[in-house]
Amino acid sequence: MIFLTRRATFSAAHYYWNHAWTPEQNAQVFGKCANRNGHGHNYTLEVTVAGEPDPVTGFVVDLKWLKDVIEREVLEAWDHRHLNLETEEFRQTVPTTENIAIAAWNRLEKAINAAGGAKLSRVRVYETPEIFAEYRGPHEQVDVRGVKYRGEL
Amino acid sequence: MKAYFGRRYLLSASHRLHNDALSADENSATYGKCNNAHGHGHNYTVEVLVGGQVNVETGMVMNLVDVDSAARRAVLDRFDHANLNLDPIFAGQVPTTEVFCKVIFDLLKDALPGGSLEHVRVEETENNFFEYRGA
Repeated sequence: MIFLTRRATFSAAHYYWNHAWTPEQNAQVFGKCANRNGHGHNYTLEVTVAGEPDPVTGFVVDLKWLKDVIEREVLEAWDHRHLNLETEEFRQTVPTTENIAIAAWNRLEKAINAAGGAKLSRVRVYETPEIFAEYRGPHEQVDVRGVKYRGEL
Repeated sequence: MKAYFGRRYLLSASHRLHNDALSADENSATYGKCNNAHGHGHNYTVEVLVGGQVNVETGMVMNLVDVDSAARRAVLDRFDHANLNLDPIFAGQVPTTEVFCKVIFDLLKDALPGGSLEHVRVEETENNFFEYRGA
């Protein structure tokens, strides 16, 4: 099994806000990310697919094809957009890096796996070079306990 | 929904690779210029990966502020701008980056909520790094 990764970048605005909470709760949990005027990032998206090299081409997947899939499925919807205001998946869901990784997986999985070759294995989203989140797919959803968040401490 | 959250920190420290149980020649042969008597230093990058359920209210595996506070308390305050060989935790151990990586993992595991730490990766230079995922 070979794991092949393609990187892409996109720039988007967002804010963190849970509509079920008071402004004070949002400020307490999310800090400056709760500023309703929004802020933005240059995101780096890493898409990893797993498969065997094709005996004829030696490719796990054609990198140009993978690039086009990422652009069509993800970048067209998110690049230079406001995630909370302009994308379906974040109208109610907080666009944290974790949720962006999960949403990117959901946008990519069908298109990649339908091609019949490699399978989507991992999506990693860097919000900055120092902050990233990763999602390895729903098959990994076993008995994992939640972790307390700041508001509960 | 399980996902992972990662954070990267910089710390600068000095060390010397030297094993008292070996002769001077053996140390020199084993560690080369890393055995230099006065030590040397690196800008280490420490990558911390935590895993867990994405909380439905916050959208987070863990709040970055809490990861930062654990990393600062358990690792950065202790080792940044320090000589690793002089820290008691390295008594009887050579502070290679492999050992440093395991030391950081064990300290962080206790500072973070139970079971949340997935891996620690320590990059000694741009071209070499070490990763530990627990015993």
